[in-house]
Amino acid sequence: MPFLSPENLLALLAEKFPSARLELVADTSPAAQHGILLDPAHAVTVATFLRDDPALRLDFCSNVTGLDWPDQEISVTEKIPQPDPAGGPDRIVEKKVKQLRPGFLEAVYHLYSVEKKSSAPVVLHLRTANRANATTVPSLTPVWRSCEFQEREIFDLFGIAFSGHPDLRRLLMWDSFADHPMRKDYVEPDDYEWEPTPHDTVLAKAQTHYPVTPPVPDKTSRGDAEHAEVKS
Amino acid sequence: MNSANDIFSQPGFQPVHDDFHGDLLELSIGPHHPSTHGVFRMNATLDGEVVVKLKPVFGYLHRNHEKLAEQNSYLASIPYTDRLDYLSSLTNNWAYVHAVEKLAGLAVPERAEYLRVILGELARLINHCCLVGFLLNDLGTSFTPLLYSLRERERMLDLIEELTGSRMMCNFMRFGGLRTDVSADWLARLEHFLDHQFARYLREQDALLTGNEILLARLQHVGILSPKLAVQAGITGPMLRASGVDYDIRKVDQYGIYDRFDFRVPLGDHGDTYDRYMMRMLEMHESVKIIKQAIRDLPVGDFLDPKAKNRGLRPKAGSCYARIEGPKGEIGFHLVSDGSANPYRYRVRPPSLINLTVLEDMCLGRTLADTIVILGSVDIVLGEVDR
Repeated sequence: MPFLSPENLLALLAEKFPSARLELVADTSPAAQHGILLDPAHAVTVATFLRDDPALRLDFCSNVTGLDWPDQEISVTEKIPQPDPAGGPDRIVEKKVKQLRPGFLEAVYHLYSVEKKSSAPVVLHLRTANRANATTVPSLTPVWRSCEFQEREIFDLFGIAFSGHPDLRRLLMWDSFADHPMRKDYVEPDDYEWEPTPHDTVLAKAQTHYPVTPPVPDKTSRGDAEHAEVKS
Repeated sequence: MNSANDIFSQPGFQPVHDDFHGDLLELSIGPHHPSTHGVFRMNATLDGEVVVKLKPVFGYLHRNHEKLAEQNSYLASIPYTDRLDYLSSLTNNWAYVHAVEKLAGLAVPERAEYLRVILGELARLINHCCLVGFLLNDLGTSFTPLLYSLRERERMLDLIEELTGSRMMCNFMRFGGLRTDVSADWLARLEHFLDHQFARYLREQDALLTGNEILLARLQHVGILSPKLAVQAGITGPMLRASGVDYDIRKVDQYGIYDRFDFRVPLGDHGDTYDRYMMRMLEMHESVKIIKQAIRDLPVGDFLDPKAKNRGLRPKAGSCYARIEGPKGEIGFHLVSDGSANPYRYRVRPPSLINLTVLEDMCLGRTLADTIVILGSVDIVLGEVDR
C-alpha cells in the first residue's frame, strides 16, 4: 500500500514540523481510522504540506464533521507509588480516579487523494480551547475549497468560528438565529416561530390589572407537606 | 430618469457599474421557482443578461436530520436516509448501512452484496433517467424528453414498489443484508425490462437528444469546470468525471463486490454541461451492464446475516467514515459511537451540497438562461442539500 499509516504519517509530520504539537487520536472501532490532532498554529501549514507533497498528494478533502464534547467526568487509571511498610521498594498501586475533562468543540477532516486513488481516509482533528469563548480554529478552506460550505455549516450548527474563511456566514439556519442547534446542550424553543405581537402587550397589561392568584394547595392529596401540617 | 432629486444626483453617489452606464440588477431566483429543483435560492447579480455574481442560499428544507438521528437508535435512522435524496433512496440506505457495518464490524452475506449492487445500480438508472429529463425541461423542451424518462422511471418504480412496498421511500437495507429476499421472477422481469423497454428508451433518447443541434448549441462550452478546480472543490460523481478526472469510488474503494464486475468509467473531455449530460447517458449503459452481470452471477444463500443484530445495536465506542459512489457523487456517513444505542454523532456527507460549491464559478459570465441549465446539470436534491 503506497499510503502511509497514521502512525508513520505522524512521524513524518513531526520530522517536517518540529515545532508543531501533533498527537495521534486513536480510534477504537473495528475500522481503526486513527486521526492526527493538529495544533491551530500550524494547521494551515501542515494541511498545505499534505496537499502539495508529491508523495502524499492529499488533494481531496471529502468530508468535514463538527463535534461537540461537553464537560465530561472520565475515570483515569493512575499509578500511585505506595511505601512498603516492611521497608522494601515502593509498590505501584493502580487506582481509578475521576477527572473532569473540560469540554471542547472539534472539526474532523477526512482526506483522500484523487491523484493516488487512495481508499483509506487520512483524518485530521482540530480542537477549540473550550466551548464558551475560545471557539476559533483556523479554516482549511484556503487549502481545500470543498471545506467552504461544510465549515459554514459547522459554524452555523456548532458555533466554531473558522478564522481565514472567505465567507463565514450561517448556512442552514436563518441569519437572526442566535443559538447552535447541534450542540449537545441545545434546548429547543417551545415555538420557533414565536414573535411579539400587540396581543402580548395587551396580555401584560391585563396581568398587572388582574394579578394571577396563587393556586390554592390541594389538601386532599397525600404526602403533601401542608397536608401533614394540618394533621399535626 | 436623472432628475435633480434622484439617487444618482446625490452627493457621494458612486455608480455601481461604470462600463455599462447603468445598474446591476440583483435578482433572487427561488426558493419557489420550478427551475431551481426544489426550495433552492440563488441571489444573482446581473449585468444586462450576464451573471456577474451568484450566491446560493440554503436552509429552506432544513430539519436537522443529523440531530434527529442522534435521538434515534441506529436502526431507526434507515427510513430517514430515504428522505435525503428521494430519487436514490436505495443508495442512501446502502451508504448508511455500509458505515454502520464498518463501525460495528459486521459481515454481509454474498447474496446480499449482489442484491445491493443490483438495487444500487437500479437507483442510479432512476436518478440519471430523471436528470436527463429534467435537464431538458430546464432547456425549454417542455416535457417531451422528461415524459419519456418518467415513463421508464415508473416502470422501475413499479418493480421497486413490488419489492420494498414503497415507490421511493424504500427502507430496504439492513445491517448485514437486506430486509427481504428477491424472487427469481422479479429478477427475470427486471432483466426483461432492461433488455427491452429500457434498451429501447436509451436508443430513442440518444437518437432524440445527443446529436440534436439546439441541444448542442445550448450545452456545449457552457459552464466549463476545470479538472483542477473540480478536485480542489471536492466535486464528486458524474460531474467530476465530466471534467476528465478518473475517480469512481466503485473502482477506487471497490466496496462491496465491485471488483467482480466488468464495467467502464466514462470520462468527459471539456467539463462543460454537454459532457455532464453525456456522463449520465453513458453511465446508464454501464449500470445496465453491471445489473445483468449481477443477475447472472447471483449466488444462493442468506439475504441477511443471521447473526447480524439490527434491533438494539450498540457498536463499541469509536468512529468511522464510510462512503459509496451514489448517483450524485460520493455519499458518505461519519458515525461516532459512545457505546450507547444511539449514535453520538451522525454526519451525512451530502454530494449535492458540496457539488454546488462551484456553481458560481461555472455561471460567471454566462447568461441567466445558461445558469438554469448549469444548475440542472449539477443534479441536486434539496432534501439532501439542506438535510
